[in-house]
Order: sequence, then C-alpha cells, then structure tokens
Amino acid sequence: MKLTVNGTEHEVDVEDDMPLLWVLRDELNIKGVKYGCGVAQCGACTVHIDGEAVRSCQTAAADVWGEVTTIEGLGTPDALHAVQAAWVEHQVAQCGYCQSGQMMQAAALLATNPAPTDADIDDAMNGNLCRCGTYPRIRAAVKTAATKLQEV
Amino acid sequence: MSRIGKIARRTFLVGSAAVVGGVAFGYYAYKRPVSNPLLADLGEGEAALTPYVKIDSTGITLITPRADSGQGAYHVQAALIAEELDVELDQVRVDPGMPDPAYYNTALSAEAAPFRSTDDGLVADTTRGIMDAMMKFMGLQITGGSTTVPDSFEKLRLAGAVARETLKAAAAQETGANIADLKTEKGTVILPGGGTLAYTELAATAATLDPVNDVTLRDPSTWRLVGKEMERIDILAKSTGTQRYGIDFEVEGMVHASVRTSPRRGAMNGFDATTARDMRGVIDVVELSDGVAVVADNTWRAMQAVNAIDIDWAPALYPPEQADHWQALSDSFNADQQDSRVRDDGDVDAALDGAEVIEAEYRAPYLAHAPLEPISAVVQVTDDRADVWTGTQIPRFVQSNVAKLTGLDTDQVFVHVLVMGGSFGHRLEDRVVREATQIAMQIKGTPVKLTYSREEDTLQNDTRQIAMARGRGAVKDGKVEAYDLGIAMPSVVASQMGRQGLPTPGPDLQIVAGAWEQPMQIPNYRVTGYRAPGLAPVSSWRSVGASTNGFFHDVFLDELIHTAGADPMEERLRLCWHDPSRKTLEAVAEMSGWGSDLGPNKGRGVAFCLSFGVPTAEVVEVSNIDGAIKIDKVWVAAEVGRVIDPINFENIVQGGINWALGHAMNSEITYSDGMAEQRNYYDFEGMRMAQSPEIFVRGLENGDTVRGMGEPMVPPAAAALSNAIFAATGQRIREMPMAKHIDFV
Repeated sequence: MKLTVNGTEHEVDVEDDMPLLWVLRDELNIKGVKYGCGVAQCGACTVHIDGEAVRSCQTAAADVWGEVTTIEGLGTPDALHAVQAAWVEHQVAQCGYCQSGQMMQAAALLATNPAPTDADIDDAMNGNLCRCGTYPRIRAAVKTAATKLQEV
Repeated sequence: MSRIGKIARRTFLVGSAAVVGGVAFGYYAYKRPVSNPLLADLGEGEAALTPYVKIDSTGITLITPRADSGQGAYHVQAALIAEELDVELDQVRVDPGMPDPAYYNTALSAEAAPFRSTDDGLVADTTRGIMDAMMKFMGLQITGGSTTVPDSFEKLRLAGAVARETLKAAAAQETGANIADLKTEKGTVILPGGGTLAYTELAATAATLDPVNDVTLRDPSTWRLVGKEMERIDILAKSTGTQRYGIDFEVEGMVHASVRTSPRRGAMNGFDATTARDMRGVIDVVELSDGVAVVADNTWRAMQAVNAIDIDWAPALYPPEQADHWQALSDSFNADQQDSRVRDDGDVDAALDGAEVIEAEYRAPYLAHAPLEPISAVVQVTDDRADVWTGTQIPRFVQSNVAKLTGLDTDQVFVHVLVMGGSFGHRLEDRVVREATQIAMQIKGTPVKLTYSREEDTLQNDTRQIAMARGRGAVKDGKVEAYDLGIAMPSVVASQMGRQGLPTPGPDLQIVAGAWEQPMQIPNYRVTGYRAPGLAPVSSWRSVGASTNGFFHDVFLDELIHTAGADPMEERLRLCWHDPSRKTLEAVAEMSGWGSDLGPNKGRGVAFCLSFGVPTAEVVEVSNIDGAIKIDKVWVAAEVGRVIDPINFENIVQGGINWALGHAMNSEITYSDGMAEQRNYYDFEGMRMAQSPEIFVRGLENGDTVRGMGEPMVPPAAAALSNAIFAATGQRIREMPMAKHIDFV
C-alpha cells in the first residue's frame, strides 16, 4: 500500500492491521514517533493525518486516510516550528520521550484554536502523558507558541 | 574548608601514565590505583586527560559516566567539566563512556552508612570513608540515590582544571611563552600576543607532559556556567524528535524480539507456540529460563506472535492475593521481625503510660515505575565478544551478568549506555538484558533487539515496596510529647541485590529511611523498622524507603500537632533543631503566605522530610469543590547546598511533585491470582495535565555540602496533600492511593 509521510510517498508491504506507529518506526525508520502504551492511553505516538492529531498506535495502516506528518515533518533543528521553538525556549523536556507527541498534539490544537485558554489546553493535552511531570512547562510553552503563531 | 573539599583532596590526587600516542590522568589515591578505561582504545595523537576528558585532533569529548534518565545528568556533568576546562557546551561531545571501576560512585556509599546526613561527627565521617573504600573496591558504577551531583561536583571540576592546566603547559612548551601569561577560553589557549592555539591542536603535545596537578578550583563568584541558567545540551534534540533513545537503536542485520515471562514471577510449566510459528515475519521461537520469546522481522509482529503463544505458568512464590500481602505486613510488627531501632530518644513507653494515646495506621501500595519508554535492549553475541546497547543505571552489573551468561570474560563484554526515556529506578534492574542475551546466544552473530510491550513492562516490574506504619503518640501542654512509629515493609535492598546475587547482611535502613533521621527534637521519640519477607519482588522507586516513610512520618506528626492544638508550621519549627532544615520551613511559610486567611472550602498542609541529605519542606493548597478535592498550588523549598542550573532544577522539582502527587492520588499495583492486576496506563495513570497544580520552587544554598535533587521532593508531597485535605475537610487520609477515600477533581 502507499503512504505519504512528511511529503514523501512510500510503498509499504504490511498487513492491513499493522498500526501506523510500527509502519513508521520499523518499516520506514522514522523514529521520532514513539511507542509508549499501544492502546491510545499515553499520546507518545501522536502524528497528524491531514492536520488532525491521531494516535498512530490505534490507526491501522489500511485506514490511513490522508497525508501523515510526524514530528520530523513539523520542523527540524535548523527550521523549528513555532511549537518546537517554544519547547526549546521553555526547556520543557526532561527525558523527552513524550515530547514528540506533546508537540504534535499542541500544534494540532493551535491550528484550530489559536488562543486557547488554560482549560482548552488542559482538555486538549490531557491524553498526553508525561511521566516526568513537565506539565507546567508544557502549559507555558503552548501559550508562547500561540503568541508566536499569531505574530506570523 | 568544607568536608567535601577534604574528601576530594583525599580521593582525587591525580597521577599519570605515559602510553603510546597519549597520556592518561585520573588515578585515585586510595590503596591502589584504578586503571584508566580510556587507555584501551587511545589512538595516535590522542591525549586522554583524566578519565573524564578526551581530546584528539577532531574534537573534545567529555565523559559523563552517570546515566541520564531524563533529569539532565549528562548536562550537569558536562557543565561541571566545562566550567574549569574553559570550553562552551556547544563545542563538546558528551559520551557516557564504557563501564569501568574508575567511575565508582562515592556519594552513594556515603548515604549507605548508618549516620544521619546532618551528623558531621568523627565516627560518622570515618564510617562514610570506609563505605567509600568498599564502594571503590566493588567498582560500583551506579546512577541512583540522587548522587550524580554530589559525586561529580568536585571530581569533574578538578578533572577539567587538570586538563586545562596541562594544555596550557603544552602551549608554553610549543611557543616558549610563560605559563603565567597564558589564558584559556572557548577551547583555546590564548597567547600573550593575542594569537590562539586550539586544545585539539595541543592534544598530541599534552600527551608527552606530566599532568599539572597543582590546580586550585575557581572561586564560585567567577563561575561562567555553574549556578547560571543554561540551555540543556539535549534540549534541541528533545524538542525536534531527533533524540535517539535505547528503543530507537538500530544496528545492521538486527532482528526484533518480544518476550513473555511469568506474570507470577515464577516458573513456566510449558507452552504451545504452534500458532505463533506460522505468523507472518516470525523467525524463531526461543525458550528462556522462565518464559518464551519470539524473534521476528518487526517489533509489532514479534509482539503479536508472542501474545499468540499459549503458556502454562507455575504458581507465584509470594501470596497470590492482595489481602494476604496486607496481612503479612500487619503480622510483621513483632520482636522477631524487628530490623532496626536506630532512633530511640527519651523513654517512649514511660511517656505513653497513662497518657491519652493517639493511635493511627497508615498504608502505601506497591507502585510501578512505568517510565514512558518501555524497557528494551539490543544484544549481539559472538564467540569472542558481546555487545549490549541499552539504557541502564547499572552498566557494571550488566557487563558482569552478560559475561556469566555467555561464558565470556568481562573485558569481552561491551556495554554501550543509551539515552533513557525515563527510569525512576526502573533501569536499576537488568532483566531485559539477561533475556536479550539468552535470545542472542541462540542466534549467534545476529543482533537482537528485545522490546517489552507496555503490558509486559508492567507485569515484570519490580515495584516500589508496599508498606504499613503504626503510630502511637501523646501530646502535653500544646506540644508533641511522645512519638512512636513502627514501619513494616519488605527489604528493597535485599530484593534488589538478591537479583544480582549479592548478600545484604544486617539491617536495611531503607525500611526506616525518611523517618528515623528526621531532625526533630521530640522528647520521647522512637522509630522501629520491621522486615516483611516473602512478598512480591520490589526495587528502588524514586526516593525508595522515604517514598512511603515521608508520608507516614509526617502525617502522624501532623495528627499529633492538631491534637495538641498547635499551628502545624510553628510546631514543626519548634521541634526542628537543624538550622538548614528550619530555613526550608521558614521559606515555604513565606512563599505560601502561611497563616493568611484562605476563605471557605480551602486548606493548606505543610510537610517536611530530610532525605538523601536534602531537607525539603512543602506546602500544598487544596480546594474542596462539592466534596471533590482539587490541588491548586504547591510550594517547595529545598536545601541543596548549590543549585547547578536553576532552570533544570525547577523543572526537575516540579516534575517530582507531579510524580509524587499523581501516584498519591491515583495509583497502585495490586495482586490477584499471583499477578499484578494492572496492565497499562488506563489502570495505572499517575498524574495527567488537568490535575497538575501550579508549583513554585526555591532552592536554598545554606548548607556546605552539594546535594542532588532527583528524589528529595517526593517524600513530603503526599503528606502535605493529606495534611491539606484534613485542613480543608476535616477528613484524615491515611492510605494511598487517596482516591480510595476521597474524590479528586
């Protein structure tokens, strides 16, 4: 089957029910997307499909309905997305393992809600677990990213 | 001069040895020198300056032997070297190096000695020294116990200084300049005329010189990095998805494996893998000593196939049902099971005799570590070497265990430590490496990556200890007069070291850690530890014994203070004799506006715990919203001697508070049919964003010993929450998870 990831089309030979997470990680070697729980409880595997935040561990390969964007497609160390720049500015990460998913979730939130309230942020981000507990910095970085995006 | 200065001079006399193409520095001045691990693979033109700095023509590498599980340990270690070496953090490579006895952990052994960290007396100091020598003898390169900063603080700066001065000597020899006229900056030596020589250009010459050992550490007032806000060296990679973790590691020709071992932590009677063998991508099914693994061409296929195996598990060797675990603890409060009574002030029995005795019982459950990155390891075994790539806090144990399993010598086993997606103590165990090695031995030459499913990670977790405490106390004239606390739990140290085949004779002070050594002057004051053997396997979980005992000790103290009618802050201050500890209480009182009117349906609680040498005071403020508790704000003041990086410090403390409060509210591991009943984050949640409070942090620098802050914020947090809930509702919660007794928003 064909998959478009970060603007590049790939042909993959996988079972229909292989989760997109494992297609990305093991078949396409895109490692920014993380395995945490496998059951949509932690959000570490969050990617965008046509701009919408989805849990790739619960999305079967055959069900992918549009273009996939991973953290690597959001921005790069040389060309940071506003959300990534805010994550650097606030030094959010500790172990950092959840942060790809956190940033993808935050980017999708800000694409539909450019000025989220604290309650909006809590609602949108509550499915993304951070075992290191960096939530105060995630909240602050989402607000900074919102400001940066509005200035553009 | 502080004590740490004396210890450093005693243990860090730097010697040198000339070798082909280079020189190495870094002998310790105990009974015999420790060999330098960098000598083994020194190339032509390379100079290894101390075991912590390596310079060749291509660049400068700082060796950071303490593992980084997410708390910025690599960053802190690199900053300490860079401070004296005069390099910028963006100029250097950071490498954890290969496991070696030279990287033994001095600070961890000091905390194992049976003396309070507040005790500077001769006997305490001497004993710490003996423990230190033992640790060196055993070569324990362990990351844990919040010891990275204390162990590294002087050692790494000295390493940087010796390297810097030797490079200056090399520049003097090459140019004929007077050393006193040379300066250093940004990885270069600046010559009197303004010209510069890069350290990388001087490496070969530096290799021919004796090391310059006569160095003086710079005055803190001149520090460029330490104590200042820095950008963590890994922050860009971790903000762009480009950081690679153990689970991401790939090597040519690698296959993927998944495993199931007994959820009852015992034996396997048999299995039927007929279905699994025919599944797509399956390469092999491998029987292990206590389970079975599938090797496949993809992680998911391996997991699917291993789950399709029908396995018959033998019974657990511990009680199958949770109620039996509680009963075992309850039955442990007796003289035969007494493990220690290292605090026994005044005459508790006499003080309680005839007094109105306040009694209470407390419980804390088993807890999983559940770092977000599931456990994994890549192992390749050939006839003459084994390579292990994994995120681990115990590389020396890993090396030794792989050598035993494969029959290779330890110097044929190469452990490559990878970045960890969290640990919280989980990676102080090495089960995954042993299993991956067993698989790799069946397919020699082929690298095997073993990745646990989240469910396997939860089922095989050596959890935090379960614990129970019983308090008896009395008050007199508005003051706490008698305090008697008994604590029962399994021995974490015996369980954990037992899995490494190490005996642990004598009492386990973790059973009473966070309780017995509190700097409180209660006239009649006793803390007794009771050992409960035969329960489920347990291991070090962030703050270890103090994670349960900080809760028990301080909530019971709070109950007595309320009974006495005293103010919780004032009475703790009155009881506390240790000035740096008092200052943490005074700081949180000021930060939180203690004593001001909060209005209806709100409450504040204070708690204090000294653990890992760090006095930490916390205030929690809660709202009671129609019978459900919301944690609004938390204030933390901790005495750490020196804050290395204020931004990282704040982040780690905030995270540790979320860690402690999330589990205190929501989480437990329970057993039924001999297995943990929880499987994944839907039934073991911890803290999520919506429950996460505002957290205000202050690091105090009044002490003369530098301490690590990976754990000490944890022990007081649950107590402060329980105390705040009591203040807001009048309901006293004596058991975690607290959600069993009260609703949370």
